Amino acid sequence: MKLTQGTFSFLPDLRDEQIRAQIEYCLKNDWAVSVEYTDDPHPRNTYWEMFGQPLFDLKDAAGVFAEVQNCRKTFPNHYIKVNAFDASYGWETVRLSFIVNRPASEPGFALEREEGKGRNVRYRLRSYAGVKPSGERY
Amino acid sequence: MAVSKSAGTITDAKKRYAAGVLKYAQMGYWDADYEPKDTDLIALFRITPQDGVDAIEAAAAVAGESSTATWTVVWTDRLTACEKYRAKAYKVEPVPGSPDQYFAYIAYDLDLFEQGSIANLTASIIGNVFGFKPLKALRLEDMRFPVAYVKTFDGPPTGIVVERERLDKFGRPLLGATTKPKLGLSGKNYGRVVYEALRGGLDFTKDDENINSQPFMHWRDRFLYVMEAVNRAQAVTGEVKGHYLNVTAATMEDMYERAELAKELGSVIIMIDLVIGYTAIQSISKWARRNDMILHLHRAGHGTYTRQKTHGISFRVISKWMRLAGVDHIHAGTVVGKLEGDPNTVQGFYNVLRETHNEVDLQRGIFFEQDWGSLRKVMPVASGGIHAGQMHQLLHYLGEDVVLQFGGGTIGHPQGIAAGATANRVALEAMVLARNEGRDIWQEGPDILDRAARSCAPLAAALDTWRDITFNYTSTDTPDFVPTLTPA
Repeated sequence: MKLTQGTFSFLPDLRDEQIRAQIEYCLKNDWAVSVEYTDDPHPRNTYWEMFGQPLFDLKDAAGVFAEVQNCRKTFPNHYIKVNAFDASYGWETVRLSFIVNRPASEPGFALEREEGKGRNVRYRLRSYAGVKPSGERY
Repeated sequence: MAVSKSAGTITDAKKRYAAGVLKYAQMGYWDADYEPKDTDLIALFRITPQDGVDAIEAAAAVAGESSTATWTVVWTDRLTACEKYRAKAYKVEPVPGSPDQYFAYIAYDLDLFEQGSIANLTASIIGNVFGFKPLKALRLEDMRFPVAYVKTFDGPPTGIVVERERLDKFGRPLLGATTKPKLGLSGKNYGRVVYEALRGGLDFTKDDENINSQPFMHWRDRFLYVMEAVNRAQAVTGEVKGHYLNVTAATMEDMYERAELAKELGSVIIMIDLVIGYTAIQSISKWARRNDMILHLHRAGHGTYTRQKTHGISFRVISKWMRLAGVDHIHAGTVVGKLEGDPNTVQGFYNVLRETHNEVDLQRGIFFEQDWGSLRKVMPVASGGIHAGQMHQLLHYLGEDVVLQFGGGTIGHPQGIAAGATANRVALEAMVLARNEGRDIWQEGPDILDRAARSCAPLAAALDTWRDITFNYTSTDTPDFVPTLTPA
């Protein structure tokens, strides 16, 4: 399967110049860019690991992209995403978030069902890779 | 007919309260010198007086009948602080280009309204006046609410920001589709449509407005099969998915029962129809707030009173009422689709729903500044006759905080429902990517779509099928003000 979280997951994997152009767009909007990675891509895993602090003071796309490259080098077989945070009033949230690295093989998720009363089924999503300890999953 | 400013209030109390009939303007419902207070509610009506009826007297009559007046003088007014409670028409202007119509501005004191009640607000403002004989027609065009009044409402239970955080979806419009055919599918077949559309790339699927609990599919059956489909789609994509489970029913008790099952099954969103009424909407909104549920509103029935320009209520007013009442999603027009929608007018609705503060914007039909007092933002929904080939236009007109719903444009795809969903998702992501790169999507849109279709056969097929389908009809609900060129 292909994990389709993030803004651009239905497109072919973004090339480096495309990633730089999106970072450029975020900086132009005065958003703080950050890099996060995980080997637990469950859709309810809200808190991916932060690859350092959000780059609040970095206004140069090349510098931000260097962080992306750095993270890719450190975690070549993890999911990595670029987030852009907008601190302006009324938003104060992420405005763009897209995956820039994914494991070579993505085994995906099992759906487990537990039948209850009144035909009510309780569902549980389990990551196939997640059964192994963190760091040995992909 | 000219607008005269002369109609005068009778100030001598003895004459004013003598039994008999006076003109509304004489009774104090017209005051050309009145300066609306920051705490007043203001309503703007479009009035079309009967032939021979003075526009000011007509405006005063609307002010009177929507506040304290009746047709004749009553002495019991003198037991009250009646001057405070009288609504005051304070400005009457001819409508540009429509000689028989006038804009009447009416101010209402804050004390005329119960806090946090749309039913009370509307019983006053639209309760009595729309059938008034001296008027040929009457339309409520816009309202301004003082922030003190706004703060008596809870507003949207979730709002755009929290909805996106909860769904983990940022930076692009959300995608949806209404299950078709609207009526007749069994629960099992219905769930199939949901599963295919969600696994193909949509974020949401949707019950239609008239899917409740009919002989061909009872509501429990629908909920159970739909949630199987939603969970399966989450497993094969790793994304959060949702289906608007319509809990509309005959009674509030039935609606709560359905909402409770939706919650128990883990649905992220439920849905209601506008026809359930304002009080029912506020009740289910409070339920949604208590239960962390996104609340989708389908504006079923609104066209009966919003579409014609001379009579009824503008949808911008309905949008304001629904933001106060507290819904998270509301259908607000597509501009390019099959349903009514002038571009500027629709953008006016979107701005009312999405901004923290509205400035006066006559070109988009917004007559008043409005401070939303930190009420959350409503996500507008664009639905009805739209397809992947229009993606650049949709993004251009509607921006990215919107749910784009392609029903026929997903389910009618020649290669199947999942392919239809994929075509829409790829078209959308390609267009957002290009826009962010600084490309001129209005001009280059078709080219951007064609390039994206080279690596996506479903998009190529969608473009082949629908590219030239447009709905170019003249809109009826258009702004009265056009931009004027100012010398540079």
